Amino acid sequence: MWKNAMNEPVDVLIIGAGASGAAVAWSLAETRMRILCLEQGGWVKSSELPSTGRDWEARTMEDFAISPNRRGLAADYPVNDDDSPIKIANFNGVGGGTIFYAAHFPRLHPSDFCVRSLDGVADDWPIDYQTLEPFYALNDRMMGVSSLAGDPAYPPKDSLMRPIPLGRTGEVLGAAMNGLGWHWWPSDAAIVTQEYEGRAPCINLGQCGSGCAQGAKGSTDVTYWPEAIRSRIELRTRCRVSRIETNEEGMATGAFYFDADGREQFQSAEIVIMACNGIGTPRILLNSASERFPDGLANSSGLVGKNLMLHPYAQVRGHFDEPLDGYRGSPICTWSMEFYETDPSRDFVRGYSFQFSRGLGPVRTAINGMADGLLPWGDGHHAAFRRLFNHSAGMVSVCEDLPEETNRVTLDPDLKDADGIPAAKIHYRLSENSRRMLDHSIARGKDILKAAGARDITSRAPLPYAGWHLMGTARMGKDPERSVVNEWGRSHDVKNLFIVDGSVFVTSGGVNPTSTIQAVALYVADQIKKRIHNLFD
Amino acid sequence: MMTDRHGDTGDLSANAQQTLRCIARQMIPASAEYGVPGADDPIIFTDILQSIDRDRALLQEALDIVDAMAGGSLVELPEAGQVKRLMEFRTARPDLAAAIEAAVARCYYRDDRVMASIGMEARPPFPIGYKVKEGDWSMLDPVRARGKIYRDTGLMEESS
Ligand SMILES: Cc1cc2nc3c(=O)[nH]c(=O)nc-3n(C[C@H](O)[C@H](O)[C@H](O)COP(=O)(O)OP(=O)(O)OC[C@H]3O[C@@H](n4cnc5c(N)ncnc54)[C@H](O)[C@@H]3O)c2cc1C
Ligand code: SF4
Repeated sequence: MWKNAMNEPVDVLIIGAGASGAAVAWSLAETRMRILCLEQGGWVKSSELPSTGRDWEARTMEDFAISPNRRGLAADYPVNDDDSPIKIANFNGVGGGTIFYAAHFPRLHPSDFCVRSLDGVADDWPIDYQTLEPFYALNDRMMGVSSLAGDPAYPPKDSLMRPIPLGRTGEVLGAAMNGLGWHWWPSDAAIVTQEYEGRAPCINLGQCGSGCAQGAKGSTDVTYWPEAIRSRIELRTRCRVSRIETNEEGMATGAFYFDADGREQFQSAEIVIMACNGIGTPRILLNSASERFPDGLANSSGLVGKNLMLHPYAQVRGHFDEPLDGYRGSPICTWSMEFYETDPSRDFVRGYSFQFSRGLGPVRTAINGMADGLLPWGDGHHAAFRRLFNHSAGMVSVCEDLPEETNRVTLDPDLKDADGIPAAKIHYRLSENSRRMLDHSIARGKDILKAAGARDITSRAPLPYAGWHLMGTARMGKDPERSVVNEWGRSHDVKNLFIVDGSVFVTSGGVNPTSTIQAVALYVADQIKKRIHNLFD
Repeated sequence: MMTDRHGDTGDLSANAQQTLRCIARQMIPASAEYGVPGADDPIIFTDILQSIDRDRALLQEALDIVDAMAGGSLVELPEAGQVKRLMEFRTARPDLAAAIEAAVARCYYRDDRVMASIGMEARPPFPIGYKVKEGDWSMLDPVRARGKIYRDTGLMEESS
């Protein structure tokens, strides 16, 4: 790895080593510019992941909990999400959210890029599916995506390797979908099902949600980062950025950060790229307010932090007489896009996807069973547990969340992280459209489970601890009054500042965002390379 | 909003420990039929006490409330009284009851004896992993037969 003497100026400073930071770093490596990434967390050691221990399930609720507030580790910053029915989930460290993600890897659909034109709501993206298509494909190769070719819910796309197993769960739910005449398909998953680029194939540990000890899951610490580091990019961990500095010309000059010993440092750079996710990025931009930029950096539109989209989830689960896959195998196996597009006969616009999921481990089975009233205290406990455990399956709906300026990230006036940097505060309400969509998805989910022969069907909406898709808080667009970055990711206000994470989403679609986040990051990197000679014009 | 990771030092009070043990037994009693210990089993209960780091303050609060609802001490009530008070507590404070349930379940369902009884090998998932049936992809034939379902936007790439 190229290593600059501490804080010598660099050409490109990337902040955040998650899904997008890794992709943009790798793509820019070929320019031979001096590139440095600052990341507040460290590297995850695969030998310390929960699935290596007998207490694997319990650890997913402790040091590997998805809520940064619950974990409260040195790498984490607190998020005040009291004012939101959906709580924030993330991972702070090399790989970012991809350490915890389920690796369910759908792309946005062509229609997602033009919802204003098609449905008269929200805004169109300034780019389209066709523009991103080569970057989706490149990203699939880099992350190692398994899939089954021919999904009629998408324009044609290649399959690199066979999909993750359907399992008995996929078959039972698939048969029900066939009976109903509804679309379903094995999920595209960033999980390798064969040896791939030095990664071992999935062995069905079922622990994708707390880190894959096998290295089969495409988290960026095992995909982009090793290659980027081989290409002499420096990744400096345990460095938390507090604010971006600017000069009289209104250009970014670098970033202040706190190193592992809590000392404040300054790193100067010619180009600054933000990749801290839909909460971390607006937090830094708002914390970078100065005399020149009193409302926060890159915020002449007033939209930094606004239009937060989280994808409200509904969960519907049922129990079957026959044993299913249980806790074995990647938790998500198939998807449905049957209710994805706007249907004028429904009482909401836009739509949702279903992710079908396998069973739960014994601890989760017990906790959920007691919460749902299916698992009594006392003598009946053991018999009831055995009716639930290894006998459950279900789905979540991922509902398109339309952008609303009142759903936003601000700075908490009191709460600070361990370095004294003001924390993010979330203000989020479910819209009426989202509520109707959630209700619709619960009703359809129950239809599916009943058709599959399930009993003891339960539902939850919105799923409270499901704020894992963080989008929209620094949206892209051509109009500087209606967007924070332009159509290739550069700030309208600060001409050497770029944003590549989920913040730039204009609309959320009704699918998980990471393949699109990374495709956008690769696209922005490509634009930087193509425009390198007049990048700041 | 947040658990202070470093704020909860110290143990549950002795009373709270007694109450928690009583609740653990009421929640998951031993069963000869299934050959399993109760959640108040000494090994499991020690594990519970050692594993409540992040929830200690919340549990202390919950257990104090249970004792208050029981007129001072849950353990001093007769069996039927304990069951009744705990029902009332779960109805009044489902949030706190859920915290107790999670603390108990996290340790109970990793005990070797319990794992054996529910048909699980007493080992971590890694490195052996598990077998999952590949499944029959010909089940997708009707989905393919239905043809394209994504929406046209009028753009070139969709004319396939
Ligand atoms: C439990 C869970 C399950 C998920 N499942 C899926 C799924 O199946 N499919 C899917 O598509 N998506 C899923 N996601 C979401 C996915 O993880 C995110 O969409 C993705 O990681 C976002 O990429 P990003 O680059 O925007 O940010 P992140 O990956 O979150 O990376 C941001 C990085 O910036 C760092 N950072 C933040 N602030 C600072 C600072 N001040 N200084 C230095 N570094 C900083 C953070 O530590 C972090 O490493 C899931 C997420 C979670 C938590
Ligand atoms: S199911 Fe596969 S990808 Fe997920 S954790 Fe296990 S080995 Fe890794």
